[in-house]
Amino acid sequence: MKNNRRTFIKLAAVAAAGLAVAPKAAVASSGGHSPAKVNAKAEHAKQWAMVVDTTKLHSAEEINKLAEICHKTHNVPHIEGKKEVKWLWHDTYAHTFPEQENPHLAEEVHHRDYMLLCNHCENPSCVRVCPTKATFKRADGIVAMDYHRCIGCRYCMAACPYGSRSFNWGEPRHGLDLSKLNPEFPTRMRGVVEKCNFCVERLAEGKDPACVEASEGALAFGDLYDPESPVRKVLRERFTIRRKPSVGTEPCVYYII
Amino acid sequence: MLELALKGSKRYYAWISFLVVLIAIGSTAWIDQLMNGLQITGMSRDVSWGFYISQFTYLVGLAASGVMIVLPNYFHSYKTNKHMVIFGEFMAIAACIMCLFFIVVDIGQPQRMMNMIFHPTPNSILFWDMIVLNGYLFLNLLVGWTCLQADRVRLPHPKWLKPFIYTSVIWAFSIHTVTAFLYQGLPGRHYWLTAILAARFLASAFCSGPAILLLVMMVTEKFTTFKMPKNALKTLVKIIAYAMCINMFFFALEIFTSFYSNIPGHMHPILYLFEHASSGLVTLMWTFIAFAAISITLLVTPKFRNNLKLLPWTLVILVIATWIDKGLGLLIGGFNPTPFETITPYWPTGKELMVSMMIYATGALVVTVLFKIATDVKEEMGHSQVLPCGCSTEDHCDCAPAEEAE
Ligand code: SF4
Ligand code: SF4
Repeated sequence: MKNNRRTFIKLAAVAAAGLAVAPKAAVASSGGHSPAKVNAKAEHAKQWAMVVDTTKLHSAEEINKLAEICHKTHNVPHIEGKKEVKWLWHDTYAHTFPEQENPHLAEEVHHRDYMLLCNHCENPSCVRVCPTKATFKRADGIVAMDYHRCIGCRYCMAACPYGSRSFNWGEPRHGLDLSKLNPEFPTRMRGVVEKCNFCVERLAEGKDPACVEASEGALAFGDLYDPESPVRKVLRERFTIRRKPSVGTEPCVYYII
Repeated sequence: MLELALKGSKRYYAWISFLVVLIAIGSTAWIDQLMNGLQITGMSRDVSWGFYISQFTYLVGLAASGVMIVLPNYFHSYKTNKHMVIFGEFMAIAACIMCLFFIVVDIGQPQRMMNMIFHPTPNSILFWDMIVLNGYLFLNLLVGWTCLQADRVRLPHPKWLKPFIYTSVIWAFSIHTVTAFLYQGLPGRHYWLTAILAARFLASAFCSGPAILLLVMMVTEKFTTFKMPKNALKTLVKIIAYAMCINMFFFALEIFTSFYSNIPGHMHPILYLFEHASSGLVTLMWTFIAFAAISITLLVTPKFRNNLKLLPWTLVILVIATWIDKGLGLLIGGFNPTPFETITPYWPTGKELMVSMMIYATGALVVTVLFKIATDVKEEMGHSQVLPCGCSTEDHCDCAPAEEAE
């Protein structure tokens, strides 16, 4: 009984947090014409992008650690099996770059694990197909989702060439430890799609995405169109590749090999 | 005219009750899905569409196929088809209803369905698919119902209906093309990313759809006094034969492109379906090839094609072949390999099949009621009625006097 009440109060707190976040999201998506004030410290960019240094970050444990931080921050449910929900995860070279396989690849490169997440493509096919604009591209290039708009048709999942999206087949809150919820971020309901959001809620407060902050320099983050941004600096100096460049979505996550 | 659906034989009511029972049983699974979410299905993160969407795709073909009777009648004044037209239109109505229903059960938040209308998104093909499907449903309801009503009071079909009829003929092609675009425009899904997909969809629709229609008509003949005119039947069978040949030709084009180019992405789905998948699926895919070959052989040989005893079996074989290809293989082949070039097997669960059964039973119910009304009106009018010799009143029949002479 007591336990139930505690859970209820927590859920209520989460719901309230959700309500508090919603208006902010609305401001962000309306292109800034709203009279509501934007955080003065908020970071701005034309197109956010990330560089993953796989020479520094390539073990499953390290990537899992980042995934855990990401999933905790965003209340991503833990579900076993092929109906899993994930925003950040890892996979092998062959699965990450299937078109750039090479039988005589340096063994060390082949044995690395690669961090995967939504690429926040410049030309995202998921946005193109969504029939309700629940998936949309923000002015700062982030491909964001309105979980309250999504009808769960999963067209975006079929369209994403990178497998970056998850669907809540069942009640996601059953996959959460309710005592460890992050009250700053809403939970989702069943029947909607979700994915990495480049931590828009942190950028709005002038902070880097949670995974970047925790990566100890292995992840660079910044504006792709600002020559002085950390991302551009790395791209200038190091050789990088992207996943499936052939499909023309212009992914904004780059990998140093 | 709806009152005609209420007066029927015991057998008619027994059939209706049977369908209602099926719907009731299936709806328990649907209620379960509404309460617990789509987790009751076999779909997954990698295979995000399943049996529901593939049935929708197959049935769009059935809806579009009515045009194969309507088009010769209105565009070529092929009047032999005249009394079959209404059945093509009524079949399309039932098929559209089933299609829409399959979409409703597939989405995760059905109560938000209206978001598609509140936030119209012309860059999404799903938006256009909704428009064309609903439009086609409306057109067929309007045309079918108005024509039948005019027939009943022995009036010519109203003139203002003409533009709607011509629109509906063109519209029929659009519904299947748009549905193909749903798949065809997706990057990274090699099995679907082919310019010929829409053409393949139309070809397979124009063989499987009329085949299903003919089978249903044969059953209708058994239980009513309606009789298909011989020539209309023959024309339709020829259309089916041509469409099936074209369908398989298009399939062969896909195979050539994939394997002669030797591009792995294009070969993987085909190799998966015909070689590496679970033995059940591989067997099914080869059954598709075998049945397609058998049905084509039977259809192009005049001796077999004109054999009315054999025809139902030929059609059944053809329907099974096209269903495996389009109602199962197309979807699974598209999602496997996954974006990671891995394989996540998909197979529908029992509950998924029960929900599908509910929708098919609903479709059967709609077909039964509409066909009942249509055949009753035809009987009142004396159109296409069966003669003692087994011919239709529309045929130039010379067997009746011969029988009398005996
Ligand atoms: S990676 Fe996929 S989900 Fe993310 S923006 Fe690109 S297409 Fe959309
Ligand atoms: S599942 Fe949601 S986000 Fe994805 S396409 Fe459908 S409505 Fe848009």
